[in-house]
Amino acid sequence: MEKPKIEISGLNKKFGDLAVLKGISLSVEAGSVVAIIGPSGSGKSTLLRCINLLVTPDGGQIRVGEDAFTFGPGTKLPGTRDLARFRSNTGMVFQHFNLFPHMSVLGNVMEAPVTVRKKSKAEARELALALLAKVGLSDKADEFPARLSGGQKQRVAIARALAMQPDVMLFDEATSALDPELVGEVLGVMKKLATEGMTMVIVTHEIAFAREVADRVIFMRDGIVAEEGPAHQVIDAPRETATQAFLSHFHRGGHHQTAETAP
Amino acid sequence: MYQWDFAFLWSYRWLFLKGLGVTVAFTVGIVLLGLVIGQLAALAKLSKWAPLRILSHTYIELFRCTPVLVQLVWFYYALPVLSGIEISAVSAAMLALSLYGGSFYAEIIRGGIVSIDPGQTEAGAALGMTPFQTMRRIILPQAFKRMVPPLMNQSIIQFKNTSLVSVLAVPDLLYQGQVAAHDSYRPLEVYTAIAVAYFVILYPLTILVRKGEEALARND
Repeated sequence: MEKPKIEISGLNKKFGDLAVLKGISLSVEAGSVVAIIGPSGSGKSTLLRCINLLVTPDGGQIRVGEDAFTFGPGTKLPGTRDLARFRSNTGMVFQHFNLFPHMSVLGNVMEAPVTVRKKSKAEARELALALLAKVGLSDKADEFPARLSGGQKQRVAIARALAMQPDVMLFDEATSALDPELVGEVLGVMKKLATEGMTMVIVTHEIAFAREVADRVIFMRDGIVAEEGPAHQVIDAPRETATQAFLSHFHRGGHHQTAETAP
Repeated sequence: MYQWDFAFLWSYRWLFLKGLGVTVAFTVGIVLLGLVIGQLAALAKLSKWAPLRILSHTYIELFRCTPVLVQLVWFYYALPVLSGIEISAVSAAMLALSLYGGSFYAEIIRGGIVSIDPGQTEAGAALGMTPFQTMRRIILPQAFKRMVPPLMNQSIIQFKNTSLVSVLAVPDLLYQGQVAAHDSYRPLEVYTAIAVAYFVILYPLTILVRKGEEALARND
């Protein structure tokens, strides 16, 4: 059997006195989709940010593809060049899009291939236009981010991450900042990526989407993996009381209930 | 009652023009040099490396918290004694005013950089850009837009500060004015004329800054 694309073991992270990750282990098979769910403050975003080392763990091991890092007392942190090269192989999509407001949509998607991969402008442009077509935004190439809707911004952000032709895509609550009617278009693009065989780790509150698209679901609580398993099993028949309690806040359809309608 | 008479000033026009030329050239010099110093000091103050941060902080506060007139005199009289290197009045004045301006520019530039959403830095890093690439391609172009009005304001102050170089006998507009005042025994007219000259140059620039600030407010 092929070795997993992502392997994490014994991952620890503290912010000051607060232990956010307590010995997390996790593996993601190539081409599979893993969804991380759990309440706010459970450490799921921090875990995701550790995978591309936007957050430096205090201890543990991380391997993505051929790149492996060990963290802990006495280990040297990777230098800025190593970090940059490592991150160029993983794409990340942020909750608040983080598009570059001073560049056009096309400029956003072309930026990293030109600056990091040293591709020619023409080559990067061709790639960017193909990716914008893929996320359904060919007609917005010359617009600036400020003129786009949230859903359009997030699709540009996905195209921008894909432009580095990453092996792995990380989604950090990619739909949480969107108006409800715009969520679908972003989830649609993510689903398409999943069916194309992209290895994906998704932090999400879209339980129905996780159930439909993810191969495995991880439920995190207080910095540990409280439950893990095939998506249908964790969501439809959770074993742990904590998972059951968390999922009871969602309708069967998977939408988050508001305070007024909660039982 | 004092009898105002501005007509005689005409005969000093070439002297004033020469002085104005020195003032403008000096301003251009200290603004450019100050911006380079300020940019370096701002980046040093944002450095991960503590000694660089401390060095930059010390420089900035030393120059922001002492009078520029004292700095000018110190660079001309005290520095040669301490270092053993003779410097001309022009060099001393250039150095002191550039360092003085640089300390204020540094804070403006640093403020502009830290005002940019940290998500921008994260996005650059996540795409595999080095911190230097992120700074150059993502952060500075956005920060620069926000810095322009305060940098212009500081440069206007720098323009006026050049009048202090007259104490080192650098022949700027104010120095030539003093010459004309002694020569004509009419200091009231001469200094009035010099004030008008500064105002005529700087007032349009302040309008430009205000327009820039308004444009910025619309865009954000």
